[in-house]
Amino acid sequence: MKRLGNPYLRIALLVAILCVWQEAVSYFAVPTYILPAPSAIGQALWRGVASLVYVRNLWITVLETVLGFVAGAALAFLLGTVLALSRKTEYYCYPIIIMFQSLPKVALAPLIVIWFGLGLTSKVINAALIAFFPLMVNTVVGLRSADEDRLNLMRSLDASEAQIFWMLRLPGALPFIMAGLEVAMILALIGAIVAEFVGATQGLGVLMESLNFSADVAGVFSILFILSMLGLLLNQAIAALRRRVLFWDASMKAAPEDIRRREIV
Amino acid sequence: MTIIGRPTAADGRVRAAADRVIAVRRLAKSYATANGPVVALEDIDFAVAEGEFIAVLGPSGCGKSTLLKILAGLFPPSGGEATLRGTAITGPRRDIGVVFQSPVLFPWRSVLENVMLPADVQRLGRAQHERTALDLLALVGLGGFEHRYPWELSGGMQQRVAIVRALIHDPAMLLMDEPFGALDAMTREQMNLELQRIWLERRKTVVFITHSIPEAVFLADRVLVMTPRPGRIAETVAVDMPRPRSLEVMNTAAFGSFVGRIRRHFSAQGGVDL
Repeated sequence: MKRLGNPYLRIALLVAILCVWQEAVSYFAVPTYILPAPSAIGQALWRGVASLVYVRNLWITVLETVLGFVAGAALAFLLGTVLALSRKTEYYCYPIIIMFQSLPKVALAPLIVIWFGLGLTSKVINAALIAFFPLMVNTVVGLRSADEDRLNLMRSLDASEAQIFWMLRLPGALPFIMAGLEVAMILALIGAIVAEFVGATQGLGVLMESLNFSADVAGVFSILFILSMLGLLLNQAIAALRRRVLFWDASMKAAPEDIRRREIV
Repeated sequence: MTIIGRPTAADGRVRAAADRVIAVRRLAKSYATANGPVVALEDIDFAVAEGEFIAVLGPSGCGKSTLLKILAGLFPPSGGEATLRGTAITGPRRDIGVVFQSPVLFPWRSVLENVMLPADVQRLGRAQHERTALDLLALVGLGGFEHRYPWELSGGMQQRVAIVRALIHDPAMLLMDEPFGALDAMTREQMNLELQRIWLERRKTVVFITHSIPEAVFLADRVLVMTPRPGRIAETVAVDMPRPRSLEVMNTAAFGSFVGRIRRHFSAQGGVDL
Protein backbone atom coordinates (compact mmCIF):
# COMPACT_ATOMS: atom_id res chain seq x y z
CA MET A 1 0.00 0.00 0.00
CA LYS A 2 1.25 3.50 -0.80
CA ARG A 3 2.17 5.69 2.14
CA LEU A 4 0.25 8.93 2.38
CA GLY A 5 3.00 10.70 4.32
CA ASN A 6 5.92 10.35 6.64
CA PRO A 7 5.08 8.17 9.69
CA TYR A 8 7.72 9.94 11.80
CA LEU A 9 6.08 13.30 11.13
CA ARG A 10 2.85 11.85 12.45
CA ILE A 11 4.57 11.09 15.75
CA ALA A 12 6.41 14.41 15.71
CA LEU A 13 3.10 16.28 15.47
CA LEU A 14 1.83 14.45 18.56
CA VAL A 15 5.03 15.27 20.46
CA ALA A 16 4.77 18.92 19.40
CA ILE A 17 1.22 19.17 20.75
CA LEU A 18 2.33 17.65 24.07
CA CYS A 19 5.23 20.13 24.30
CA VAL A 20 2.97 23.12 23.68
CA TRP A 21 0.54 21.78 26.28
CA GLN A 22 3.35 21.32 28.84
CA GLU A 23 4.74 24.82 28.27
CA ALA A 24 1.32 26.47 28.25
CA VAL A 25 0.32 24.89 31.57
CA SER A 26 3.48 26.08 33.31
CA TYR A 27 3.48 29.49 31.58
CA PHE A 28 -0.11 30.32 32.54
CA ALA A 29 0.26 28.55 35.92
CA VAL A 30 -2.88 26.48 35.42
CA PRO A 31 -3.73 24.59 38.65
CA THR A 32 -3.33 20.78 38.38
CA TYR A 33 -6.95 20.16 39.42
CA ILE A 34 -8.08 22.08 36.31
CA LEU A 35 -5.61 20.91 33.69
CA PRO A 36 -2.55 18.86 34.62
CA ALA A 37 0.62 19.04 32.54
CA PRO A 38 1.49 16.05 30.35
CA SER A 39 4.41 15.29 32.66
CA ALA A 40 2.04 15.01 35.65
CA ILE A 41 -0.24 12.74 33.63
CA GLY A 42 2.77 10.64 32.71
CA GLN A 43 3.71 10.30 36.37
CA ALA A 44 0.17 9.28 37.32
CA LEU A 45 0.19 6.77 34.52
CA TRP A 46 3.47 5.31 35.65
CA ARG A 47 2.32 5.05 39.26
CA GLY A 48 -0.88 3.31 38.26
CA VAL A 49 0.77 0.86 35.93
CA ALA A 50 3.63 0.07 38.33
CA SER A 51 1.22 -0.71 41.18
CA LEU A 52 -0.69 -2.98 38.76
CA VAL A 53 -3.97 -1.20 39.70
CA TYR A 54 -4.37 0.07 36.13
CA VAL A 55 -3.42 -3.25 34.62
CA ARG A 56 -5.99 -5.17 36.66
CA ASN A 57 -8.79 -2.75 35.84
CA LEU A 58 -7.74 -2.47 32.21
CA TRP A 59 -8.01 -6.23 31.90
CA ILE A 60 -11.58 -6.14 33.26
CA THR A 61 -12.62 -3.41 30.80
CA VAL A 62 -10.98 -5.17 27.86
CA LEU A 63 -12.75 -8.40 28.80
CA GLU A 64 -16.14 -6.64 29.01
CA THR A 65 -15.58 -4.84 25.72
CA VAL A 66 -14.43 -7.87 23.77
CA LEU A 67 -17.14 -10.17 25.14
CA GLY A 68 -19.77 -7.49 24.49
CA PHE A 69 -18.43 -6.97 20.98
CA VAL A 70 -18.47 -10.67 20.17
CA ALA A 71 -21.99 -11.16 21.57
CA GLY A 72 -23.37 -8.03 19.91
CA ALA A 73 -21.68 -8.76 16.58
CA ALA A 74 -22.87 -12.38 16.52
CA LEU A 75 -26.44 -11.35 17.29
CA ALA A 76 -26.31 -8.48 14.76
CA PHE A 77 -24.97 -10.75 12.05
CA LEU A 78 -27.58 -13.43 12.67
CA LEU A 79 -30.53 -11.07 12.90
CA GLY A 80 -29.23 -9.03 9.95
CA THR A 81 -29.00 -12.17 7.84
CA VAL A 82 -32.53 -13.24 8.73
CA LEU A 83 -33.89 -9.76 7.95
CA ALA A 84 -31.96 -9.56 4.67
CA LEU A 85 -33.16 -12.93 3.45
CA SER A 86 -36.77 -12.69 4.54
CA ARG A 87 -38.79 -9.63 3.56
CA LYS A 88 -41.60 -10.91 5.75
CA THR A 89 -39.48 -11.02 8.87
CA GLU A 90 -38.26 -7.57 8.05
CA TYR A 91 -41.84 -6.35 7.63
CA TYR A 92 -42.84 -7.56 11.08
CA CYS A 93 -39.66 -6.88 13.02
CA TYR A 94 -38.19 -3.72 11.59
CA PRO A 95 -40.48 -1.21 13.36
CA ILE A 96 -39.60 -2.77 16.70
CA ILE A 97 -35.91 -2.68 15.92
CA ILE A 98 -36.10 0.95 14.80
CA MET A 99 -38.02 1.95 17.92
CA PHE A 100 -35.39 0.24 20.00
CA GLN A 101 -32.60 1.94 18.10
CA SER A 102 -34.09 5.44 18.40
CA LEU A 103 -33.86 5.06 22.16
CA PRO A 104 -30.56 6.38 23.56
CA LYS A 105 -29.18 3.07 24.75
CA VAL A 106 -26.84 4.80 27.19
CA ALA A 107 -30.03 5.58 29.12
CA LEU A 108 -30.68 1.84 29.43
CA ALA A 109 -27.48 1.27 31.39
CA PRO A 110 -28.99 1.93 34.88
CA LEU A 111 -31.76 -0.53 34.16
CA ILE A 112 -29.36 -3.18 32.91
CA VAL A 113 -27.22 -2.79 36.01
CA ILE A 114 -30.32 -3.28 38.19
CA TRP A 115 -31.31 -6.38 36.22
CA PHE A 116 -27.91 -8.00 35.85
CA GLY A 117 -25.98 -6.74 38.85
CA LEU A 118 -22.65 -5.01 39.39
CA GLY A 119 -20.55 -7.75 37.84
CA LEU A 120 -19.33 -8.62 34.38
CA THR A 121 -22.71 -9.62 32.89
CA SER A 122 -24.34 -6.19 32.94
CA LYS A 123 -21.29 -4.60 31.25
CA VAL A 124 -21.14 -7.23 28.55
CA ILE A 125 -24.87 -6.85 27.85
CA ASN A 126 -24.66 -3.07 27.70
CA ALA A 127 -21.63 -3.20 25.39
CA ALA A 128 -23.40 -5.74 23.16
CA LEU A 129 -26.60 -3.65 22.98
CA ILE A 130 -24.75 -0.52 21.92
CA ALA A 131 -22.50 -2.36 19.43
CA PHE A 132 -25.39 -4.27 17.88
CA PHE A 133 -27.25 -1.85 15.65
CA PRO A 134 -24.74 -0.49 13.11
CA LEU A 135 -23.50 -3.97 12.31
CA MET A 136 -27.03 -5.27 11.88
CA VAL A 137 -27.96 -2.48 9.48
CA ASN A 138 -24.75 -2.99 7.52
CA THR A 139 -25.32 -6.74 7.33
CA VAL A 140 -28.81 -6.21 5.90
CA VAL A 141 -27.62 -3.61 3.38
CA GLY A 142 -24.56 -5.68 2.44
CA LEU A 143 -26.45 -8.92 1.86
CA ARG A 144 -29.05 -7.10 -0.21
CA SER A 145 -26.47 -5.26 -2.31
CA ALA A 146 -25.72 -8.28 -4.53
CA ASP A 147 -25.47 -7.10 -8.11
CA GLU A 148 -28.36 -8.11 -10.41
CA ASP A 149 -25.99 -9.38 -13.14
CA ARG A 150 -24.16 -11.57 -10.66
CA LEU A 151 -27.46 -12.93 -9.36
CA ASN A 152 -28.50 -13.70 -12.94
CA LEU A 153 -25.20 -15.45 -13.55
CA MET A 154 -25.65 -17.62 -10.45
CA ARG A 155 -29.26 -18.38 -11.39
CA SER A 156 -28.29 -19.24 -14.97
CA LEU A 157 -25.89 -21.80 -13.48
CA ASP A 158 -28.81 -23.32 -11.57
CA ALA A 159 -27.32 -22.34 -8.20
CA SER A 160 -29.39 -22.99 -5.08
CA GLU A 161 -30.33 -20.12 -2.75
CA ALA A 162 -27.80 -21.48 -0.25
CA GLN A 163 -25.05 -21.39 -2.88
CA ILE A 164 -26.05 -17.87 -3.88
CA PHE A 165 -25.75 -16.88 -0.21
CA TRP A 166 -22.35 -18.46 0.43
CA MET A 167 -20.73 -17.78 -2.93
CA LEU A 168 -22.19 -14.37 -3.75
CA ARG A 169 -24.19 -12.55 -1.07
CA LEU A 170 -21.93 -13.14 1.91
CA PRO A 171 -18.58 -12.33 0.24
CA GLY A 172 -20.20 -9.32 -1.41
CA ALA A 173 -21.49 -8.12 1.97
CA LEU A 174 -18.08 -8.33 3.64
CA PRO A 175 -17.07 -4.70 2.94
CA PHE A 176 -20.25 -3.57 4.71
CA ILE A 177 -19.86 -6.09 7.51
CA MET A 178 -16.24 -5.16 8.16
CA ALA A 179 -17.16 -1.46 8.29
CA GLY A 180 -19.93 -2.37 10.75
CA LEU A 181 -17.48 -4.38 12.88
CA GLU A 182 -15.12 -1.42 13.11
CA VAL A 183 -17.84 0.82 14.47
CA ALA A 184 -19.17 -1.94 16.71
CA MET A 185 -15.75 -2.38 18.34
CA ILE A 186 -15.55 1.26 19.43
CA LEU A 187 -19.20 1.32 20.48
CA ALA A 188 -18.65 -1.79 22.62
CA LEU A 189 -15.90 0.05 24.52
CA ILE A 190 -18.24 3.01 25.08
CA GLY A 191 -20.98 0.66 26.26
CA ALA A 192 -18.68 -1.06 28.74
CA ILE A 193 -17.39 2.23 30.21
CA VAL A 194 -20.88 3.71 30.54
CA ALA A 195 -22.10 0.62 32.39
CA GLU A 196 -19.07 0.83 34.67
CA PHE A 197 -19.92 4.45 35.47
CA VAL A 198 -23.44 3.46 36.41
CA GLY A 199 -22.53 0.65 38.74
CA ALA A 200 -19.55 -1.66 38.98
CA THR A 201 -16.85 -2.79 41.37
CA GLN A 202 -13.91 -2.84 38.99
CA GLY A 203 -12.82 -1.60 35.58
CA LEU A 204 -11.31 1.59 34.16
CA GLY A 205 -14.65 3.44 34.45
CA VAL A 206 -14.83 2.71 38.18
CA LEU A 207 -11.21 3.71 38.61
CA MET A 208 -11.78 6.96 36.76
CA GLU A 209 -14.78 7.83 38.93
CA SER A 210 -12.88 7.24 42.15
CA LEU A 211 -9.94 9.32 40.90
CA ASN A 212 -12.42 12.04 40.00
CA PHE A 213 -13.89 12.00 43.51
CA SER A 214 -10.44 12.43 45.02
CA ALA A 215 -9.80 15.34 42.59
CA ASP A 216 -6.84 13.50 41.08
CA VAL A 217 -7.29 15.13 37.68
CA ALA A 218 -3.90 13.92 36.44
CA GLY A 219 -5.07 10.41 37.33
CA VAL A 220 -8.32 10.92 35.38
CA PHE A 221 -6.33 12.09 32.38
CA SER A 222 -4.04 9.08 32.60
CA ILE A 223 -7.12 6.81 32.42
CA LEU A 224 -8.43 8.79 29.47
CA PHE A 225 -5.08 8.25 27.81
CA ILE A 226 -5.31 4.49 28.42
CA LEU A 227 -8.86 4.43 27.04
CA SER A 228 -7.91 6.25 23.86
CA MET A 229 -4.94 3.93 23.36
CA LEU A 230 -7.21 0.95 23.97
CA GLY A 231 -9.74 2.27 21.43
CA LEU A 232 -6.98 2.81 18.90
CA LEU A 233 -5.61 -0.68 19.45
CA LEU A 234 -9.01 -2.38 19.13
CA ASN A 235 -9.74 -0.35 16.00
CA GLN A 236 -6.39 -1.31 14.49
CA ALA A 237 -7.05 -4.97 15.23
CA ILE A 238 -10.30 -4.82 13.24
CA ALA A 239 -8.64 -2.77 10.50
CA ALA A 240 -5.92 -5.43 10.17
CA LEU A 241 -8.60 -8.11 9.92
CA ARG A 242 -10.40 -6.04 7.30
CA ARG A 243 -7.27 -5.65 5.17
CA ARG A 244 -6.79 -9.39 5.30
CA VAL A 245 -10.38 -10.28 4.46
CA LEU A 246 -11.00 -7.54 1.91
CA PHE A 247 -7.76 -7.68 -0.06
CA TRP A 248 -9.95 -7.69 -3.18
CA ASP A 249 -12.09 -4.68 -2.39
CA ALA A 250 -11.28 -1.77 -4.69
CA SER A 251 -12.41 0.82 -2.16
CA MET A 252 -9.83 -0.59 0.28
CA LYS A 253 -7.07 0.47 -2.00
CA ALA A 254 -8.59 3.89 -2.48
CA ALA A 255 -9.59 4.63 1.10
CA PRO A 256 -6.62 5.54 3.25
CA GLU A 257 -8.19 4.87 6.61
CA ASP A 258 -11.55 5.92 7.77
CA ILE A 259 -13.67 6.67 4.74
CA ARG A 260 -15.77 3.54 5.16
CA ARG A 261 -16.45 4.29 8.79
CA ARG A 262 -17.66 7.78 7.96
CA GLU A 263 -20.04 6.34 5.42
CA ILE A 264 -22.20 4.62 7.97
CA VAL A 265 -21.95 6.63 11.18
CA MET B 1 -19.53 -30.16 -32.60
CA THR B 2 -16.42 -30.58 -30.62
CA ILE B 3 -17.17 -30.85 -26.97
CA ILE B 4 -14.54 -30.16 -24.38
CA GLY B 5 -12.92 -33.42 -23.39
CA ARG B 6 -14.92 -35.37 -25.98
CA PRO B 7 -13.73 -34.29 -29.42
CA THR B 8 -15.58 -35.59 -32.45
CA ALA B 9 -14.82 -35.07 -36.09
CA ALA B 10 -18.27 -34.07 -37.31
CA ASP B 11 -18.66 -30.73 -39.02
CA GLY B 12 -20.68 -28.31 -36.94
CA ARG B 13 -22.76 -26.77 -39.66
CA VAL B 14 -24.86 -29.73 -40.69
CA ARG B 15 -28.41 -28.48 -40.54
CA ALA B 16 -30.29 -31.74 -40.43
CA ALA B 17 -33.37 -31.59 -38.24
CA ALA B 18 -32.05 -34.33 -35.99
CA ASP B 19 -28.99 -32.24 -35.37
CA ARG B 20 -30.90 -29.31 -33.91
CA VAL B 21 -29.61 -28.16 -30.56
CA ILE B 22 -32.04 -25.32 -30.08
CA ALA B 23 -35.57 -25.16 -31.45
CA VAL B 24 -37.72 -22.12 -30.81
CA ARG B 25 -41.39 -22.30 -31.79
CA ARG B 26 -43.91 -19.46 -31.79
CA LEU B 27 -42.16 -17.92 -28.82
CA ALA B 28 -43.86 -14.85 -27.34
CA LYS B 29 -43.32 -12.65 -24.33
CA SER B 30 -45.45 -9.81 -23.06
CA TYR B 31 -45.24 -7.76 -19.89
CA ALA B 32 -48.05 -6.23 -17.92
CA THR B 33 -47.38 -2.55 -17.31
CA ALA B 34 -49.46 0.29 -15.89
CA ASN B 35 -50.39 1.27 -19.48
CA GLY B 36 -51.52 -2.20 -20.46
CA PRO B 37 -49.54 -5.14 -21.78
CA VAL B 38 -46.36 -4.58 -23.79
CA VAL B 39 -45.45 -7.21 -26.35
CA ALA B 40 -41.68 -7.72 -26.25
CA LEU B 41 -41.49 -10.79 -28.49
CA GLU B 42 -43.99 -12.21 -30.97
CA ASP B 43 -43.94 -15.29 -33.14
CA ILE B 44 -40.26 -16.07 -32.84
CA ASP B 45 -39.37 -19.21 -34.79
CA PHE B 46 -35.91 -20.54 -35.44
CA ALA B 47 -33.68 -23.54 -35.01
CA VAL B 48 -29.98 -23.77 -34.39
CA ALA B 49 -27.89 -26.71 -35.57
CA GLU B 50 -25.19 -28.36 -33.54
CA GLY B 51 -22.04 -26.24 -33.69
CA GLU B 52 -23.73 -23.37 -35.50
CA PHE B 53 -22.95 -19.73 -34.77
CA ILE B 54 -26.13 -17.64 -34.77
CA ALA B 55 -26.18 -13.88 -34.35
CA VAL B 56 -29.37 -12.19 -33.19
CA LEU B 57 -29.21 -8.62 -34.42
CA GLY B 58 -31.50 -5.76 -33.62
CA PRO B 59 -31.72 -2.22 -32.27
CA SER B 60 -32.11 -1.51 -28.56
CA GLY B 61 -35.52 -2.48 -27.29
CA CYS B 62 -36.26 -5.09 -29.95
CA GLY B 63 -36.48 -7.80 -27.31
CA LYS B 64 -33.24 -9.57 -28.13
CA SER B 65 -32.08 -9.56 -24.51
CA THR B 66 -35.51 -10.86 -23.50
CA LEU B 67 -35.01 -13.69 -25.97
CA LEU B 68 -31.63 -14.49 -24.45
CA LYS B 69 -33.02 -14.48 -20.90
CA ILE B 70 -35.75 -16.91 -21.97
CA LEU B 71 -33.15 -19.17 -23.60
CA ALA B 72 -31.05 -18.96 -20.41
CA GLY B 73 -34.09 -20.04 -18.38
CA LEU B 74 -34.01 -16.83 -16.35
CA PHE B 75 -37.67 -16.23 -17.01
CA PRO B 76 -40.45 -18.08 -18.80
CA PRO B 77 -42.02 -17.14 -22.15
CA SER B 78 -45.68 -16.15 -22.19
CA GLY B 79 -46.33 -18.32 -25.23
CA GLY B 80 -44.66 -20.92 -27.41
CA GLU B 81 -41.59 -22.84 -26.32
CA ALA B 82 -37.85 -23.11 -26.60
CA THR B 83 -36.19 -26.50 -26.45
CA LEU B 84 -32.57 -27.39 -25.93
CA ARG B 85 -31.50 -30.85 -27.09
CA GLY B 86 -35.15 -31.88 -27.18
CA THR B 87 -36.27 -30.76 -23.71
CA ALA B 88 -38.13 -27.55 -23.05
CA ILE B 89 -36.28 -24.75 -21.28
CA THR B 90 -38.48 -24.06 -18.27
CA GLY B 91 -35.88 -22.81 -15.82
CA PRO B 92 -32.12 -22.53 -15.31
CA ARG B 93 -30.27 -25.51 -16.76
CA ARG B 94 -26.81 -26.83 -16.23
CA ASP B 95 -26.01 -27.27 -19.92
CA ILE B 96 -26.06 -23.57 -20.82
CA GLY B 97 -23.17 -21.12 -20.65
CA VAL B 98 -23.98 -17.41 -20.53
CA VAL B 99 -21.69 -14.44 -21.24
CA PHE B 100 -23.18 -11.10 -20.24
CA GLN B 101 -22.43 -7.61 -21.50
CA SER B 102 -20.18 -6.94 -18.52
CA PRO B 103 -17.73 -9.66 -17.41
CA VAL B 104 -19.61 -10.19 -14.08
CA LEU B 105 -16.53 -11.55 -12.34
CA PHE B 106 -16.39 -11.99 -8.57
CA PRO B 107 -13.59 -9.75 -7.30
CA TRP B 108 -12.85 -12.03 -4.33
CA ARG B 109 -12.11 -14.93 -6.65
CA SER B 110 -8.89 -15.26 -8.64
CA VAL B 111 -9.10 -15.75 -12.41
CA LEU B 112 -8.96 -19.53 -12.00
CA GLU B 113 -11.55 -19.49 -9.21
CA ASN B 114 -13.84 -17.31 -11.31
CA VAL B 115 -13.56 -19.72 -14.20
CA MET B 116 -14.27 -22.60 -11.82
CA LEU B 117 -17.49 -21.03 -10.54
CA PRO B 118 -19.84 -23.18 -12.66
CA ALA B 119 -17.91 -26.29 -11.62
CA ASP B 120 -18.20 -25.24 -7.96
CA VAL B 121 -21.92 -24.50 -8.23
CA GLN B 122 -22.64 -27.76 -10.03
CA ARG B 123 -20.21 -29.78 -7.89
CA LEU B 124 -18.25 -31.11 -10.85
CA GLY B 125 -14.89 -32.85 -10.53
CA ARG B 126 -12.39 -30.28 -9.37
CA ALA B 127 -9.12 -31.68 -10.69
CA GLN B 128 -10.43 -32.46 -14.16
CA HIS B 129 -12.13 -29.08 -14.57
CA GLU B 130 -9.08 -27.25 -13.31
CA ARG B 131 -7.10 -28.84 -16.12
CA THR B 132 -9.80 -27.81 -18.60
CA ALA B 133 -9.77 -24.29 -17.13
CA LEU B 134 -6.02 -23.94 -17.57
CA ASP B 135 -6.24 -25.25 -21.16
CA LEU B 136 -9.03 -22.81 -21.99
CA LEU B 137 -7.21 -19.89 -20.36
CA ALA B 138 -4.18 -20.70 -22.48
CA LEU B 139 -6.44 -20.86 -25.54
CA VAL B 140 -7.66 -17.28 -24.97
CA GLY B 141 -4.13 -16.03 -24.29
CA LEU B 142 -4.47 -15.83 -20.51
CA GLY B 143 -1.99 -18.58 -19.67
CA GLY B 144 -0.09 -17.58 -16.53
CA PHE B 145 -2.86 -15.24 -15.36
CA GLU B 146 -4.80 -17.88 -13.42
CA HIS B 147 -3.79 -16.58 -9.99
CA ARG B 148 -4.36 -12.92 -10.79
CA TYR B 149 -7.47 -11.10 -9.61
CA PRO B 150 -10.05 -9.46 -11.89
CA TRP B 151 -9.02 -5.91 -10.99
CA GLU B 152 -5.53 -6.66 -12.32
CA LEU B 153 -6.91 -7.36 -15.82
CA SER B 154 -8.02 -5.08 -18.64
CA GLY B 155 -11.65 -5.05 -19.81
CA GLY B 156 -10.90 -7.31 -22.77
CA MET B 157 -9.03 -9.79 -20.58
CA GLN B 158 -11.90 -9.83 -18.09
CA GLN B 159 -14.38 -10.62 -20.86
CA ARG B 160 -12.14 -13.47 -22.03
CA VAL B 161 -12.24 -14.86 -18.49
CA ALA B 162 -16.04 -14.63 -18.67
CA ILE B 163 -16.03 -16.57 -21.95
CA VAL B 164 -13.82 -19.28 -20.48
CA ARG B 165 -16.11 -19.46 -17.44
CA ALA B 166 -19.10 -20.00 -19.75
CA LEU B 167 -17.30 -22.90 -21.45
CA ILE B 168 -15.88 -24.68 -18.41
CA HIS B 169 -18.84 -26.98 -17.71
CA ASP B 170 -19.06 -28.01 -21.36
CA PRO B 171 -22.50 -26.51 -22.07
CA ALA B 172 -24.67 -27.57 -25.01
CA MET B 173 -25.06 -23.95 -25.99
CA LEU B 174 -23.27 -20.70 -25.38
CA LEU B 175 -25.42 -17.60 -24.99
CA MET B 176 -23.67 -14.27 -25.45
CA ASP B 177 -25.50 -11.04 -24.67
CA GLU B 178 -23.63 -8.20 -26.41
CA PRO B 179 -20.43 -9.46 -24.80
CA PHE B 180 -18.16 -6.89 -26.44
CA GLY B 181 -20.54 -3.94 -26.28
CA ALA B 182 -18.63 -2.31 -23.44
CA LEU B 183 -15.22 -2.56 -25.12
CA ASP B 184 -13.54 0.05 -27.28
CA ALA B 185 -13.72 -0.47 -31.07
CA MET B 186 -10.21 -1.84 -31.49
CA THR B 187 -10.40 -4.25 -28.57
CA ARG B 188 -13.78 -5.30 -29.88
CA GLU B 189 -12.36 -6.30 -33.29
CA GLN B 190 -9.61 -8.27 -31.58
CA MET B 191 -12.18 -10.01 -29.42
CA ASN B 192 -14.22 -10.89 -32.52
CA LEU B 193 -11.16 -12.55 -34.05
CA GLU B 194 -10.46 -14.27 -30.76
CA LEU B 195 -14.02 -15.54 -30.43
CA GLN B 196 -13.93 -16.89 -33.98
CA ARG B 197 -10.70 -18.72 -33.17
CA ILE B 198 -12.16 -20.24 -29.98
CA TRP B 199 -15.30 -21.21 -31.85
CA LEU B 200 -13.37 -22.83 -34.73
CA GLU B 201 -11.41 -24.78 -32.16
CA ARG B 202 -14.30 -25.84 -29.93
CA ARG B 203 -17.32 -25.68 -32.26
CA LYS B 204 -19.83 -24.79 -29.58
CA THR B 205 -23.36 -23.87 -30.58
CA VAL B 206 -23.47 -20.12 -30.06
CA VAL B 207 -26.34 -17.64 -29.88
CA PHE B 208 -24.70 -14.22 -30.03
CA ILE B 209 -26.77 -11.10 -29.37
CA THR B 210 -25.51 -7.84 -30.80
CA HIS B 211 -26.62 -4.49 -32.19
CA SER B 212 -23.61 -4.16 -34.50
CA ILE B 213 -24.28 -5.26 -38.09
CA PRO B 214 -20.58 -5.77 -39.04
CA GLU B 215 -19.99 -7.77 -35.88
CA ALA B 216 -22.95 -10.04 -36.63
CA VAL B 217 -21.93 -10.58 -40.26
CA PHE B 218 -18.29 -11.14 -39.33
CA LEU B 219 -19.00 -13.77 -36.69
CA ALA B 220 -22.14 -15.63 -37.63
CA ASP B 221 -23.18 -18.48 -39.89
CA ARG B 222 -26.66 -17.01 -39.88
CA VAL B 223 -27.92 -13.63 -38.74
CA LEU B 224 -31.44 -13.36 -37.33
CA VAL B 225 -32.52 -9.78 -37.97
CA MET B 226 -35.02 -8.55 -35.40
CA THR B 227 -37.28 -5.53 -35.62
CA PRO B 228 -38.83 -3.94 -32.54
CA ARG B 229 -42.32 -3.44 -31.12
CA PRO B 230 -43.25 -6.18 -31.16
CA GLY B 231 -39.93 -8.02 -31.46
CA ARG B 232 -40.07 -10.26 -34.51
CA ILE B 233 -37.55 -11.92 -36.77
CA ALA B 234 -37.73 -9.89 -39.98
CA GLU B 235 -35.22 -11.92 -41.95
CA THR B 236 -32.67 -14.68 -41.58
CA VAL B 237 -29.46 -14.03 -43.50
CA ALA B 238 -27.09 -16.92 -44.13
CA VAL B 239 -23.52 -15.58 -44.24
CA ASP B 240 -21.72 -18.10 -46.42
CA MET B 241 -18.26 -16.62 -46.32
CA PRO B 242 -15.33 -18.98 -45.78
CA ARG B 243 -13.60 -19.28 -42.42
CA PRO B 244 -11.40 -18.35 -40.77
CA ARG B 245 -12.43 -14.80 -41.65
CA SER B 246 -9.82 -12.09 -41.22
CA LEU B 247 -10.62 -8.47 -40.43
CA GLU B 248 -9.89 -7.67 -44.10
CA VAL B 249 -13.05 -9.56 -45.03
CA MET B 250 -14.90 -6.46 -43.87
CA ASN B 251 -13.55 -4.58 -46.90
CA THR B 252 -14.87 -7.10 -49.45
CA ALA B 253 -17.89 -6.57 -51.68
CA ALA B 254 -19.54 -9.74 -50.34
CA PHE B 255 -19.32 -8.46 -46.78
CA GLY B 256 -20.66 -5.09 -47.88
CA SER B 257 -23.64 -6.64 -49.60
CA PHE B 258 -24.58 -8.64 -46.47
CA VAL B 259 -24.31 -5.49 -44.37
CA GLY B 260 -26.35 -3.52 -46.92
CA ARG B 261 -29.04 -6.16 -47.07
CA ILE B 262 -29.43 -6.18 -43.29
CA ARG B 263 -29.22 -2.41 -42.95
CA ARG B 264 -32.23 -1.94 -45.17
CA HIS B 265 -34.41 -3.25 -42.34
CA PHE B 266 -33.34 -0.43 -40.09
CA SER B 267 -32.96 2.47 -42.52
CA ALA B 268 -36.07 4.13 -41.10
CA GLN B 269 -35.25 3.46 -37.46
CA GLY B 270 -31.73 3.95 -36.15
CA GLY B 271 -30.42 2.40 -32.97
CA VAL B 272 -28.05 0.11 -34.85
CA ASP B 273 -24.32 0.53 -35.34
CA LEU B 274 -23.71 0.88 -39.06
